[in-house]
Amino acid sequence: MKTVAGLVLGLFLAFAPTIAFAVDPDEMLSDPKLEARAEAVGGSLRCLVCQNESIEESGATLAHDLRVLVRERIKAGDTDDQVRQYIVSRYGEFVLLQPVFALHTLILWLAAPCIIVIGGIALIVMARRRRGSIAPTNLSAEEAEALEQLSAPDHRQPE
Amino acid sequence: MTIELGHFALVLAFAVATVSTIIGFSFWRSGGRAALYVRQAAVLQFVLVAAAFASLINAFVTADFSLKLAYEHDHSLMPLIYKITSVWGSHEGSMVLWISILVAFGAAVAVFGRRLPQDLLTLVLAMQSLLVATFDGFTIFTSNPFLRLNPAPLEGQDLNPILQDIGLAIHPPLLYTGYVGFSICFSFAIAALISGRIDAAWARWVRPWTLLAWCFLTLGIAMGSYWSYYELGWGGWWFWDPVENASFMPWLAGTALLHSALVMEKRNALKIWTIFLSIITFSLSLLGTFLVRSGVLTSVHTFASDPTRGAVILVLLALFIGGAFILFAMRVSSLRSGGLFAPISREGALIVNNLFLATGLAAVLVGTLYPLVLEAVGGRTISVGAPFFDFSFGTLMVPLLLLIPFGPFMAWKRGDMLAAAQRLAGAAAAALLCAIVVFMIAGWSFSLAPLGILLGLWVSLGAVAEIIDRIKLGRIPVGDSWRRLVGLPRSALATAIAHFGVGVSVIGIVSVSAWSGELITTMTPGQTASLAGYSIHFDAVRDAPGPNYEAQQGLFTITAPGGGSQQVDAEKRVYTADQQPTTEASISTYGFSQLYMQLGENGQGNAYVVRIWYKPFVTFIWLGAVLMAFAGFLSLSDRRLRIGAPRRRAVSVADEPVPGAAE
Repeated sequence: MKTVAGLVLGLFLAFAPTIAFAVDPDEMLSDPKLEARAEAVGGSLRCLVCQNESIEESGATLAHDLRVLVRERIKAGDTDDQVRQYIVSRYGEFVLLQPVFALHTLILWLAAPCIIVIGGIALIVMARRRRGSIAPTNLSAEEAEALEQLSAPDHRQPE
Repeated sequence: MTIELGHFALVLAFAVATVSTIIGFSFWRSGGRAALYVRQAAVLQFVLVAAAFASLINAFVTADFSLKLAYEHDHSLMPLIYKITSVWGSHEGSMVLWISILVAFGAAVAVFGRRLPQDLLTLVLAMQSLLVATFDGFTIFTSNPFLRLNPAPLEGQDLNPILQDIGLAIHPPLLYTGYVGFSICFSFAIAALISGRIDAAWARWVRPWTLLAWCFLTLGIAMGSYWSYYELGWGGWWFWDPVENASFMPWLAGTALLHSALVMEKRNALKIWTIFLSIITFSLSLLGTFLVRSGVLTSVHTFASDPTRGAVILVLLALFIGGAFILFAMRVSSLRSGGLFAPISREGALIVNNLFLATGLAAVLVGTLYPLVLEAVGGRTISVGAPFFDFSFGTLMVPLLLLIPFGPFMAWKRGDMLAAAQRLAGAAAAALLCAIVVFMIAGWSFSLAPLGILLGLWVSLGAVAEIIDRIKLGRIPVGDSWRRLVGLPRSALATAIAHFGVGVSVIGIVSVSAWSGELITTMTPGQTASLAGYSIHFDAVRDAPGPNYEAQQGLFTITAPGGGSQQVDAEKRVYTADQQPTTEASISTYGFSQLYMQLGENGQGNAYVVRIWYKPFVTFIWLGAVLMAFAGFLSLSDRRLRIGAPRRRAVSVADEPVPGAAE
């Protein structure tokens, strides 16, 4: 798996960004309903040799092959999930643009929800505590003296 | 000769910055003389780096291929504008651009910050000099742009064709100005932590710089998005690509910083958090530079990457970010919050804003780095792509967008949610009405689109409602309302415009995601296709060679639904130097919508694959961003006297940091 990733990485670096000549008319399914499903499934699968593009967007030969494969499976009557499973079993998890929810992706999926919940609770606790602390405190001796001086009539200046 | 002068200037700038760093950090307590020295050094650094940059531009414009960098990225036949922009089309050149902007900001602080307290100014400029010395040194020692070739080649290897575009002239300078601008906030944070001067006045000095950087970053990201939209050939405008995320993360942090610095400036609260955000924002900018340079991340945009240099940058990054956070941890216990406020208040609203922005930032950060970390610890290789970010980031933004209109209606210290809701009832009703009209025209659909449009309208109309409320439109004579509008502080107007822009972008995003039309077909000249009411007639194909490429042009006549037709051309090119094909899509704008066409492969005989997309209200996406940036500049013009410290006599008692009270 690691070598595949290494190879893929090598390919990324070797190619300057190429322009997408994406989906060809002759690969499209004649039934618009099935084609729409194929596009949705294809949009969630990564083109393995390009930079962060789905196979529907990519112009690479491999993406073309995968598009054809997806459409073959859909024509054969597979459900969307079965098609994805089929591709994953051949190309590995790397092909999924949306990672699965599993033990090794737990942090990925739960990080943001945890932060918002913990942050929200912390803010509420802090607000409560702050409300408790709004008790008036007495002036220090210096402050009292300063106040005394400021409020003395001869210190008042006309605005 | 000029190349050697430029080389020398860059090395000299490194020396000046090093000395300035040492003197600044050693003698910041000694007042005027140290401050004068670092200020002069900052201006000198700017002059020297500008000279180095100018000598590079000169070499590229005169196509001097004895310069290795020019040989690798320049071509004698390239138009002048691309000769200039190809200076920063490479790693080495883009580093020089980065440093140029860094020293420009340093010089700006030296010139406009004369009224800052001397010790703070010295520390800020010492920190800037340390950044200059580090990255200038990095450039000279690992990626020197001034290397020569002997004998000089006769012709250059040309610039990557994708970069031969006006986008390269605009996008990197804007983006870098944004990234690097946050270095000022970073330096101010470090200076505040060292000197202990962390108060409302500090926030007021730092906010204009934050705003300036934020405006440029906003424009830079929008421009980058539009560039990839028209250049990559199929009309995608945001990919959640690592490099895009790298620019988006400082933007999120910077947006949070803008809002939290407001609380610190007005109410002397949220100090720890604001300092933390100042550090994190620039750290993320550095991370952005690192992610782009390192080659660790794979992306559609990386045009100048080198893995070995990535390691050096990673070390520098660790030193700067690590050092800043150690300093932060040492000082954090001495910071105490000032102003008190009720949970329902302007302060409270801005804190909630920060909570959501920070969590959104965390979602993007985790999503971007998780695959790397997972693989590094020996786990599996996974991809985290658009569907993940759409879901996790999108979900977080919904409550934030819902709450945006409430914020400006909240009073400082203690607000009234119910009163705010009452004053927003009109906006809510108007948004609902507009949404219903939109769906009567577009057709009802059972998806998230109706809610998205409603949300965008709510944010925009909520901003309008705020202004209407402030000028009492309808409650007092129109003339008086007009006078109130003219008399509104620009910053208040800017808030409303920026929030309005957010809503506009949301409407654009939702509309394109929900109602884009696509047609991929084979056509021969003479045939007509139709999409979304537009009829597209394929007229002809002709050859259209350019100075350094061969091209085929497909000519089409588009007839709009309301009548009126125009001829457009969609091009595909092959650049002669490296035989790389590119497409120049034809983009026609109708109102706020666009028709996007691409000429594809030549099939049998005269048949061509033609790809056509209809993108309803797509321009709203960038228009919203432009509005946000415009609002930023407007607000900046309001506080033009505040870029430095305020004039003595303009200082009111409340603004003066009272000794002891600030602690």
